Amino acid sequence: MTPPANSVSLPNDIDKELTTIADRYTHRRSAILPMLHLVQSYQGWVSPEGIEACARVLGISPAEVSGVSTFYTMYRRRPCGKHLIGVCTTSLCGMLGGDAVLQDLREYLSVDENGDSPDGMFTVEHIECQAACSQAPVVTIDWEFFQYMTPWRMHEVVADLRDGKEVKPDRGSTVRGFREVEKVLAGMELTEPTQPAVDDAMLAGLMVAKGKAKS
Amino acid sequence: MAAKRSSQKLRPIITEHWDDPNLFTLAGYQKVGGYKALKAALKKTPDQVIELVKASGLRGRGGAGFPTGMKWGFVPKKGDKPRYLVVNADESEPGACKDVPLMLADPHLLVEGVIITSYAIEAKEAFIYIRGEVPEAVRRVSWAVKEAREAGLIGRNVAGSDYSLEVTVHAGAGAYICGEETALLDSLEGFRGQPRLKPPFPAVAGLYAAPTVINNVETIANVPFIVTNGAEWFRGYGTEKSPGFKLWAVSGHVERPGIYEAPFGITMRELLDYAGGVRYGRDVKFWIPGGSSVPMLTAEHLDIPLTYEDLAAAGTMLGTGTPMVFDTTTSVVKAVTRWLEFYKHESCGKCTPCREGTYWVVDILQRFEQGDGKKTELKLLDDLSNQIEGRSFCALGDAAATPFPAAMKYFADEFDLATKTPVDKTFDPAATMLKSPVAV
Amino acid sequence: MTVRASVDGIDVVVPEGTLIIRAAETLGTFIPRFCDHPLLDPVAACRMCLVEIEGMPKPQASCAVTLTEGMKVRTQMTSQVAEQAQAGVMEFLLINHPLDCPVCDKGGECPLQNQAMTAGRPDSRFGGPKREFPKPLAISTEILLDRERCVSCARCTRFSEQVAGDPFIDLLERGSDQQVGIAHDEPFNSYFSGNTIQICPVGALTSTSYRFRSRPFDLVSVKTTCEHCASGCALRTDYRRDFVMRRLAWEDPAVNEDWNCDKGRFAFTYMRHGRLSAPLVRGSDGVLHEVSWSEAIAFAAKGLSALSPSVAALLGGRLTNEDAYSFAKFTRLVLQSDNIDFRNRPSSGEEADFLAHHVAGTGLVVTYEDLENAPIVLLVSLEPEEESPIIFLRLRKAYRKSGLKVAVIGPLLTRGLRKLGAQLLSTVAGGEAATIDSLLAGDLRGSQSVLTALKKKGAVILVGERAASSAGAYSASIDLANETGAKLAWVPRRAGERGALDAGALAGLLPGGRLMADAAARADVARVWGVEPSDLAVRRGKPQEKILREISEGKIDALITAGLQISDAPDVDTFKQALSEAKFIVSFEQRLSDVSSYAHVILPVASVIEKGGSFTDWEGRVRHFNRALNDSPAVSDSTVLGMLAKEMGAPNTGWRIDEVQYEMAKLLGEGPTGTKKEFKRAGAPTIEAADVKAPPSGSAVLSTWHQLLDLGVMQGPEEHLAGTRRPSQVIISPGRAKQLGVATGDLVTVSTVNGVVTLPVEIDEIHEDSVWLPMNSPGSQVLVTLKAREGATVKVAKA
Repeated sequence: MTPPANSVSLPNDIDKELTTIADRYTHRRSAILPMLHLVQSYQGWVSPEGIEACARVLGISPAEVSGVSTFYTMYRRRPCGKHLIGVCTTSLCGMLGGDAVLQDLREYLSVDENGDSPDGMFTVEHIECQAACSQAPVVTIDWEFFQYMTPWRMHEVVADLRDGKEVKPDRGSTVRGFREVEKVLAGMELTEPTQPAVDDAMLAGLMVAKGKAKS
Repeated sequence: MAAKRSSQKLRPIITEHWDDPNLFTLAGYQKVGGYKALKAALKKTPDQVIELVKASGLRGRGGAGFPTGMKWGFVPKKGDKPRYLVVNADESEPGACKDVPLMLADPHLLVEGVIITSYAIEAKEAFIYIRGEVPEAVRRVSWAVKEAREAGLIGRNVAGSDYSLEVTVHAGAGAYICGEETALLDSLEGFRGQPRLKPPFPAVAGLYAAPTVINNVETIANVPFIVTNGAEWFRGYGTEKSPGFKLWAVSGHVERPGIYEAPFGITMRELLDYAGGVRYGRDVKFWIPGGSSVPMLTAEHLDIPLTYEDLAAAGTMLGTGTPMVFDTTTSVVKAVTRWLEFYKHESCGKCTPCREGTYWVVDILQRFEQGDGKKTELKLLDDLSNQIEGRSFCALGDAAATPFPAAMKYFADEFDLATKTPVDKTFDPAATMLKSPVAV
Repeated sequence: MTVRASVDGIDVVVPEGTLIIRAAETLGTFIPRFCDHPLLDPVAACRMCLVEIEGMPKPQASCAVTLTEGMKVRTQMTSQVAEQAQAGVMEFLLINHPLDCPVCDKGGECPLQNQAMTAGRPDSRFGGPKREFPKPLAISTEILLDRERCVSCARCTRFSEQVAGDPFIDLLERGSDQQVGIAHDEPFNSYFSGNTIQICPVGALTSTSYRFRSRPFDLVSVKTTCEHCASGCALRTDYRRDFVMRRLAWEDPAVNEDWNCDKGRFAFTYMRHGRLSAPLVRGSDGVLHEVSWSEAIAFAAKGLSALSPSVAALLGGRLTNEDAYSFAKFTRLVLQSDNIDFRNRPSSGEEADFLAHHVAGTGLVVTYEDLENAPIVLLVSLEPEEESPIIFLRLRKAYRKSGLKVAVIGPLLTRGLRKLGAQLLSTVAGGEAATIDSLLAGDLRGSQSVLTALKKKGAVILVGERAASSAGAYSASIDLANETGAKLAWVPRRAGERGALDAGALAGLLPGGRLMADAAARADVARVWGVEPSDLAVRRGKPQEKILREISEGKIDALITAGLQISDAPDVDTFKQALSEAKFIVSFEQRLSDVSSYAHVILPVASVIEKGGSFTDWEGRVRHFNRALNDSPAVSDSTVLGMLAKEMGAPNTGWRIDEVQYEMAKLLGEGPTGTKKEFKRAGAPTIEAADVKAPPSGSAVLSTWHQLLDLGVMQGPEEHLAGTRRPSQVIISPGRAKQLGVATGDLVTVSTVNGVVTLPVEIDEIHEDSVWLPMNSPGSQVLVTLKAREGATVKVAKA
């Protein structure tokens, strides 16, 4: 397998960085998931080069690393666009509008069979249940959370991202890009949250109990 | 009106301060009494903490409902192997949406619970395995751990005591099966997240073959309250067999989907009331008490008390205690098909019945969705569900075998209809969709 | 401790911890299974073996549940629940299976096919599209994978990881996409990979060289013994008409369990390539001519008679016990000579003394089972994965299952030794005896635990044949064994060496370790041979090295060689010199060799599949095998020696295989006619440890051994096998690499005055004074090119 044209190389000192992750664990192999996240933070996918690097640092075989990396759906087989848009289409989200959002978004962005938009800005895919059913239909952009999604709201969000505007998800941190968020999952970026990440659904019962429920 | 009357049943305990804008910080958490339970726990012996939790009757909130104190008690305290606490924060069950909110709103509650639990089982290391698809939860819990460490609550000599603990936040990478506790352990050890043979049970040989307790986020979050208020207080809520309170996360065709905290024993009808009822005043077609893995119920079951024992008696399970409500616009054939697609997608591949069974069932159901099912295939689907259920390696197979027979019990005519008519013709997809509060 | 329980209503008493599936087997009840394998850790993944257990709500996987006291198990024989559960699993397994049995190599011997007959439905209820994959996928040059046939039992991946320690294949993807695969660009190059073909319960893994070659029901199977190394594997040789089509491991719990190595499995086609069909005699024109057997025998007999007893016999170390024995007898009785040696490799006088004292005719002293149960196994001059792979597998099993401690006296921890978790007592070649001395003296750093363990009951020391190149190593090993009480065994590399030793094919030794010089022993042998003691040669003979020198000196005139290759000899030039000066050479051969051009008579002999016989493995266990190809006209070495003996007018004594085996049983104490008399044994060698000096700057001490897969002639025509060889590389220490300014993969030369080997370098934690080369691999033929043996000082430089 030759890496696709849009794949970038890993930095020269990747082994050093991977080793710092491995060193966090007494049993070093435990570091494999964060290490693969780190590979994705550089390449936007798990390349053969990344697999070999992980194998080298952990002293296991590349086949073992491949076995792990292909098991988990967050590890990508091809370079991802700048933003990864996942539309949940499991029962509740799908029926509450996820199906329509996904179909519309694919057409709106003219994505190819791999889900990539022609400008390489977006990769669109359907995702399975995000366990946020109270906020269905759910969309994630670079795994940041968007709720009660509709096709027209999706258009606005995508347009803002294209225009380089700051896009805030419905709870949590500004959308920055697929590779950036992978750093967080690799445990290589620790930032102080400054705002609460609480939405209406999370407070629904509390508001009723306090007699503040919206009608 | 209805909501007003029965709001007596809501008891925001875990969620009491979720609207406090500073709750997610250490200072904000401490302001509402945070980490006092830890200090109280450290004054007890570890075994006293275990006895306290045993006495409270706390049951696991991950789905199986196993008594938590008993689970802790299984961990052998002798021997030269380390002991571990692993927190299952891999919330992925369709319908479940309570653990992630908890981690976002009140990460320090989880951290405090982790420290107390680790102390009780005498673990020197705890891991919080958070679903990878929720980086915001990873950020917040990681930061809370950092704050706690800097405040001397984690690390050497926790809160000035003799007890030391390390806590590691670990992000998953996309696999529902890792919510199964032994699959989670394999994943955390750096392997494919496939479930392990039991015995040995994790309490004896879990993480790194050492004694391990695996607890759900919500379970752990109960611990500080029990330590602070005592077992009797806890047993004051709920029923004899289902003591305490629960984050009931209501989703689906309701006016105000979200988390409603109330003691066990509340009914779905009451929860529906709080949630503003079924949207547009429509009727409940079916609802599922605790995630797609438990059998569905219908409108006639709305008055069953939501307890482990009452739901079991009704032929279903409490599961994660996160009810999904579907109104009359819903195609049950489509809902079941999507759940099976989910299970097929998430089947780990280890055992034959789950791997091949979901592949086959999905193939048939997708044709039903297109109005292309065969009548004989209804019997076949039933056979296949029986061939998966009870024969798969872990509970994922059993879960996959649940939706179809349950749906057939109440809606056989709809499957019949799907042998002739595509479901989208029978049920207008647009009618089922959400009226978005944002964009409409 | 035993438990009593019932299976299908039948009481069964089994040891505690017995799995239900095994307990049922003891009653003759076969519970269908795919993932279960008695030598792999249970996974209970396929769910085919579900049974009903009273009191349990769900059917249970009988491969993973142990029988407990009072348990009532019902299998498919008496339980509808079990029967239906199994039928359901079978139905699921078949939905995505291509059902291409008519074109599948496994068809006819396929567990899936067979069990589908008993647990499957007559028709499929599945109507959807089946999974498809591009096929076949070459996971190595010798193994092809057809993923659509796979049932995800994970036997292959578990074997690779658990048994071989080579996790180069793994399960990839998830759910219904789960499949076996390799990593990008790293093939499944394991020495034991062929076992995965054999244990695959479907036709997903097939052999490149066997693919589409035959149907199992067209094959005749014979139990044979592997002729490659001294591990002693029982094999199943499958032939069709006159050709061996394939070889498999034959289950033998005492020796190879269910496994063998890829050399034993795949390297057999040499037996049908370039075989000689008629004897050859060198005419007055100096050219070899095909002649009749009677003509050849007469010519050979005349030549040998004329020069007897100034004759020597040199054997190649791969003869069967019976043939080696016949040479031993022929030499003493017919040639009246004691000049005989089976060690056509670097050897030593110390080794001959060691073998005579400690090994010859001792029978089973250390067994595979002893290795498995030992508290420690210390390896001296032995790399088991390369030099005796079944020892490696057994050590790994013990290491995995019971934490066996393995320690090694050698220059580095090889990949194989790492897989054993071995502790290295780092020693430069030639320094083995010195290391043992300081180990015993307690002044070897970090070795105290080794010494302590060696003093425990059941401890074992294995010393390899390479100890012959290290003065004092054999002597020190005996000292170590005596001082600690550990058992000591010798591990030769070739299949025929231990048997040849026991048969008396070594100067000074008669069969069973009897000493030529011991009158009582001579009389005993003469009695069995039906001759007078005075009929046997009297003068003590010489080892190979001296024989060759004496030919050049004109003291020995004629030579018999059998299965010999000059390029294996420690000193190739001396060997060639001697061959060119010998007055008469009779060569026993399967095909022309590098000796042929010197021979006066070439007598074609049978390969192992064309004759019955036995090999003796390193344990001292005699491994009988049957003749596979009954129609072959080829004759054994023994038979030819019988013809020669008769022609030379020797006393009438037995040379037929049955007669030979009868005599051997009497002399070696095996079988019902066997006697085990005690005779005087040779004394132990007492060679002092060599003084190990650091090599001069720019030089290193050479360590070298054979890789399992190399340029050995018996692997010759098997290219698929050759594709899985380990790369040829020179290994140096990080310090030396720094000194030379080389990085991994750079070319480095290793040279002597005789020649240069240039190979890519691998940098590893090898002893600072050492350099390692493969002994006979592409680009690195140490004996031929460098004309150096292990322990020699060689120059190492950047190329």
